[in-house]
Amino acid sequence: MASVSFLEGPLIGGRQLPGGGLGWLDARREAGARRFTELGLPTQKLESWKYTRLRPLDGTCYQPVAASDDTPRIDAVPGIAGTQARIVFVNGRLRDDLSNLGDLPEGVRFMPLETMLRDDPEWVEAHLGTVAGDGPDRGESDQAMLALNEAMMDSGFVLHVARGVRLSKPVEVVYLGGFNDDAIAYFPRNLIVLEQGAQATLVKHHVGQGVGAYFANAVTEISVGDGAIFRHYKIQAESIHATHVTTLHTRIGRDATYEAFALSIGGLLSRTETSITLAGEGAHCGYHGAYMMRGNEHCDNTSVIDMAVPHTSCKQVFKGVLDDEARAVFQGKIHVARNAQKADGRMLNKTLLLSNRAEIDSKPELEIYADDVQCAHGATSGQLDTTALFYLRSRGIPEALARNMLVQSFLGDALDEISDETVREAFLDRVIHWLPAHCYLAGEWKESA
Amino acid sequence: MLEIKDLHATVGGTEILKGLSLTVLPGEVHAIMGPNGSGKSTLSYVLAGREGYEVTGGRIIYMGEDLTNLEPEERAAKGVFLAFQYPVEIPGVPNSTFLNEAVNAVRRYRGETELDKIQFIKMLRAKTKELGMSDEMLKRAVNVGFSGGEKKRNEVLQMAVLEPKLSILDETDSGLDIDALKIVADGINAMRSPERSSIVITHYQRLLEYIVPDKVHVLAQGRIQRTGGKELAMELEETGYAEFAGEAA
Repeated sequence: MASVSFLEGPLIGGRQLPGGGLGWLDARREAGARRFTELGLPTQKLESWKYTRLRPLDGTCYQPVAASDDTPRIDAVPGIAGTQARIVFVNGRLRDDLSNLGDLPEGVRFMPLETMLRDDPEWVEAHLGTVAGDGPDRGESDQAMLALNEAMMDSGFVLHVARGVRLSKPVEVVYLGGFNDDAIAYFPRNLIVLEQGAQATLVKHHVGQGVGAYFANAVTEISVGDGAIFRHYKIQAESIHATHVTTLHTRIGRDATYEAFALSIGGLLSRTETSITLAGEGAHCGYHGAYMMRGNEHCDNTSVIDMAVPHTSCKQVFKGVLDDEARAVFQGKIHVARNAQKADGRMLNKTLLLSNRAEIDSKPELEIYADDVQCAHGATSGQLDTTALFYLRSRGIPEALARNMLVQSFLGDALDEISDETVREAFLDRVIHWLPAHCYLAGEWKESA
Repeated sequence: MLEIKDLHATVGGTEILKGLSLTVLPGEVHAIMGPNGSGKSTLSYVLAGREGYEVTGGRIIYMGEDLTNLEPEERAAKGVFLAFQYPVEIPGVPNSTFLNEAVNAVRRYRGETELDKIQFIKMLRAKTKELGMSDEMLKRAVNVGFSGGEKKRNEVLQMAVLEPKLSILDETDSGLDIDALKIVADGINAMRSPERSSIVITHYQRLLEYIVPDKVHVLAQGRIQRTGGKELAMELEETGYAEFAGEAA
């Protein structure tokens, strides 16, 4: 059974996991292993896993790469130009030679988790699991994947920005998978803490290259302190052999802003499960994304935004494009707590179906227990507008290009939610390159846009 | 320029054009008038090649070539232009990008070299100036947030940039006030030349005060019922379309 194979492989005990020997961490790992063994992999009987089954994990033994394994040589690591620092993992192993920790300003710590566990284990102990804890308000749905990560966490990074410190340029993390013969697994654990008034931007790439099945099970915990601003952008461009599960927990403090954008453009099966708590008055969250899937790819975005206190706002725009037999799931819930008056919540999910075999399951939900709120949600799906297509073609634009323009037009207002211009352009570039026969220059679009 | 012979066309299995014939010579402006539901818009879509508008009989000969089996973009490249009654909004695509793509697509098709950014902008600025349009309209997304008049003016700009040989103007006057109408008509008149022809489709005579046609046709029940000079338009303004309405009314 897949659920057992992760924990019973030859590597447990054979490879020293980061921080091994730290009592509190060993205890966490053991608790995680016990919990995962109890729960097993999520099944479709769980409400929030109704539309997604971790089929690729059936009957395949995914194992972390052994310590002695040489990770593949990589020449080109995809990234965004102009970032301040970069950490690169290949198949779950840190690659110092590809990473660049550059000059970070005083008050910023950005490093691999394993380094932080050596340098300042007390800090990690104080913060790990505090946001992604088993609090009473957490559902059961993501607990198994979280527990598995707790047991196995083998990579990941820490970003700690001290009170009032502002990072002017984005920092970047790349998880590169593939180039392997056996099915492999890695378990990034990321810990992000912005103290009061801090500002930072992070870009995370999950990228697959080459062939070889792999399974990435990541957990990210984010604490955005009072008055802090954190921008968090993710590209998921996994290979068609990849299973990608991400669990994200974010807590946003008073008058703080959390802006996130998840661009999913590849992966056999992907699931991003997000839990965001607006914990302080005046907190704002923009949680947006775009998914572009083809072939038999499956992409699931499931989120709960908890408006826990009065005077908070959130906006969520998720747009997707599905071709062939691709399938996407959008489950978004905005939960407004009792007494969380003046909450302002907006959620929109739109999907463009380029094939009549593609499928979207969209489930936007509002759960409101306060009476003085403004909340709205909407979901639509449809095909390319034939009138618009004809309009473009009647101006001489070939059909393939006209379709590309309309797809890009469709995704445009989601991408517009990315406030960092460099990142927005980089993401737009990825969108354009996903499109078939991109027969016009991305540069021209950006210049005139 | 254009010779339509005994054209039959269906939309969703219903025959709309039932033996329409029309000849337009180079340099001519023809007006096609008719009651609602007579097949005016169908004719314009059939000429431009819209999917779902099926030619079931007859021929459309344009510059000596049968258009029927050509894709819309091929027709555009060959110089056929349709100004839409309801121009389409395309969010996120800047107007100038759209025009640039269109011009270069047509040039590629014709085997001409594409215009680079600077050449294109120069050409575009000259056209907008001629039409009295602001450059600001070029930066905005295609037709998004445009007023009715701006949308129609944008159609005329596209026409001016693509320099078609045969323009079909589908109810370009609908939804325009008199000032906007004049501006649009001026733009169309500026394009008139011995090598270009236009088909102006309209319900009302009003537009024809500004764009004076060489011939006026009455389209009803899927065929041309009557043809005359510009005075026919005046006559229709008085009498209406009752005598042509028949069972289609």
